[in-house]
Amino acid sequence: MGCGMGKSSLQEKKSIRAALLIQRWYRQYVARLEMRRRCTWNIFQSIEYAGEQDQIKLYSFFGFLMDHFTPASSERNLISHIFRENEICRDTEWERYFCYKDIEVPDSYTGPHLTFPMTFCGVSKLVEAFKQKQQLHARYVLQILGETWRLLRILPNINHVSVCQTKEITICGDLHGQLEDLLLIFYKNGLPSSEKPYIFNGDFVDRGKSSLEILLILFGFLLVYPNDLHLNRGNHEDHIVNLRSLKSGTNLIHFVFARYGFTKEILGKYRVHGKKILKLLQKIFSWLPLATVINDKVLVVHGGISNSTDLNVLSNLQYVSVLRPPKVVHQTLNGNRNEGDNGPAEGRRRVRSLTNHSSLKTFPQIVNLLWSDPMPQNGCISNEVRGGGCYWGPDVTEEVLGRHNLQLLIRSHECKQDGYEFCHNRRVLTIFSASNYYEVGSNRGAYIRMGADLVPHFIQYQASRTCRDLTLRQRYNIQKRSALRALREQLFVHKSDLIRAYREFDPHHTGKISMRHWASATETVLKLGLPWRVLRSQLVSRTHYGMVDYQQWIKELSITEPKLEVSDTSILETMYKNHSNLETIFRIIDTDHSGLISLEEFRQTWKLLSSHLKMEISDKAITDLAHSIDFNKDGSIDINEFMEAFRLVDLSAHG
Amino acid sequence: TEEENTGARKIRAAFHVFDHKADNTVDVREVSTIIYSLGCFPTKADIHRFVDEVEEDNMGYVHLDKFLPVMTKVLLENKFPPIPEENLLQAFEVLDKERRGYMEPQELAKYMKSEGETFSQEEMNEMLTALVDEKKNLICYKELISQLTLDLDT
Repeated sequence: MGCGMGKSSLQEKKSIRAALLIQRWYRQYVARLEMRRRCTWNIFQSIEYAGEQDQIKLYSFFGFLMDHFTPASSERNLISHIFRENEICRDTEWERYFCYKDIEVPDSYTGPHLTFPMTFCGVSKLVEAFKQKQQLHARYVLQILGETWRLLRILPNINHVSVCQTKEITICGDLHGQLEDLLLIFYKNGLPSSEKPYIFNGDFVDRGKSSLEILLILFGFLLVYPNDLHLNRGNHEDHIVNLRSLKSGTNLIHFVFARYGFTKEILGKYRVHGKKILKLLQKIFSWLPLATVINDKVLVVHGGISNSTDLNVLSNLQYVSVLRPPKVVHQTLNGNRNEGDNGPAEGRRRVRSLTNHSSLKTFPQIVNLLWSDPMPQNGCISNEVRGGGCYWGPDVTEEVLGRHNLQLLIRSHECKQDGYEFCHNRRVLTIFSASNYYEVGSNRGAYIRMGADLVPHFIQYQASRTCRDLTLRQRYNIQKRSALRALREQLFVHKSDLIRAYREFDPHHTGKISMRHWASATETVLKLGLPWRVLRSQLVSRTHYGMVDYQQWIKELSITEPKLEVSDTSILETMYKNHSNLETIFRIIDTDHSGLISLEEFRQTWKLLSSHLKMEISDKAITDLAHSIDFNKDGSIDINEFMEAFRLVDLSAHG
Repeated sequence: TEEENTGARKIRAAFHVFDHKADNTVDVREVSTIIYSLGCFPTKADIHRFVDEVEEDNMGYVHLDKFLPVMTKVLLENKFPPIPEENLLQAFEVLDKERRGYMEPQELAKYMKSEGETFSQEEMNEMLTALVDEKKNLICYKELISQLTLDLDT
């Protein structure tokens, strides 16, 4: 019985209920996977930020050096050596230094040839060449850099651009040396031109392998279309950050600590002229604009803002490294210290000397622009996780945007799974353009298209073709393996601190502690803010009745010891833990980038570092250490060899 | 009680995955993931009601102090119980009118995107990637259900 209508509406009801059930079930499945993915993500991110914190700690080390400088101290030579080469030289010296004219391009060179002034065809040729994995000759590199520097000197600190009905603008976030992503963006969106303006929001370099290629392409377009290609400085466009860039756990079997990114890439690709290129880049970075404003309504800046952000003040200053603040005492270090660069008088940017008192107030403002992150709560607090900049809340967004009559803040700096994310009532937008940043499949990249209505439209992508075909679950597994490897690496580095912490819970020396104590002690030592209780099952394979045999477990982290033979194992441990910072300092000391520092420089550096770390260390111990690291016994230390000694091989190979 | 303690611990652990600044707050958009991950199967409407109860004055974040008691109640009262496998199977069989044991991707997509608490195109794409057997280009739901449940337990 029942007419057709009744039967079909019953059927409809059933299928709606069925659909609801399936949707509910599937969403739960996805959410549980997402939870796991998020845990893995947190591991990568906390290791990355801990690395960034290290970089900022370096800054405090330099502050320490400067504070402890006295004319009488024996480290005077070392300190002045460190700071002298990193100061601004006069323009005429730089002009001479830039001179590429003596560099000949041999007939055997198969890469692209460039002519100047740069043209659209020239840059497109460059893009093509890099797509084919060719390398640009040093002569042309220096030429491009020279032209770029001359241009950047007359550009303002804050770019002002307008979009209209016929002209939309494209905004890209962090690229981090991932050329594939830039090429993908150009493929989908078209090359920059006067009809197709672009803003690149910082962090072009470090971590990826093609930082220089990205810079050359961006600079090339900047030279051709200076009114339509806009670059904002990122926190990685900084020579101190470039000296050391931590690449956290990837699918490498050999963990190599502190493969400092960009500097090594340049020196590796350009053995003869690399040092010159680096010096020019150091100069260029310091002249990159800080922010861009679209139609006086949308602010685009790499990190973010703070409650003290004042764009008018920022328009009028010059600075070198965001990680080295200007200090009045600087002048006593080196008599040659001049009053800062004297830019062309007609430049829109007025240059203030680094020793000018007011620079001390504006300096934190710059750090905030490049390092800050948004938070959901109101207020403005210092960013402990990054170690620099601040966390700012929605009230600060409203106040700062209101004060400047702006309606939207676009920033980058944080990796987002979908390539972009709104917050603060859609008044702040994060855009991130480096896909698969932590690992294959970890995240999509995205860019923004914006027209006269100033409404952002998003295009997302993922560079690696293989990962697109992977299921959620497969991607998750790859990332999990990677993250666990990175975590094991961190645990190994802190071996003896961990044992000490575990022993505190084991007064009777049984060698075993409860899982709860294991988790709490591990967090106390590593300070990564990770859920160790949850991670325990992935990191500790065996437990007996809920107890962790920590001695055995630490042994099983089974990574080979460094090759150094030093009698004092505590020095070795400290070196191990701080070796990435040590490497950075060595690279700074090695101002001619020869790869060598003298035993005496090593000894002095180590002595300074250990007093900064408040370690007791005898002069004899340091001298012995220096000698033992001098592998060739030729009176100098090869930095690469030294770092090689810390190369780890993961024998545990859990997959 | 012991059970309450375990429950509270689990809730805190799940909450802290999204507590980036270690100040006991999470973005309100993550709440659904947290609830699901604790083994609950709410509908979207259930989630909206939950969020209304715990969100901090429309500020976009949720504090653990508000989240914990509400979530504890949910767990103790088993408000959003898991879906038994048979019910899930039956639901597929309702949509697979001919009871073939499988569905074509477009068929399922049509239902998921037009009925119930509809999927976005993105959710649909994800689902298809996860569920469609590449060789046959079909969704063999019978095997899938037990396989996916197993997936999450390993």
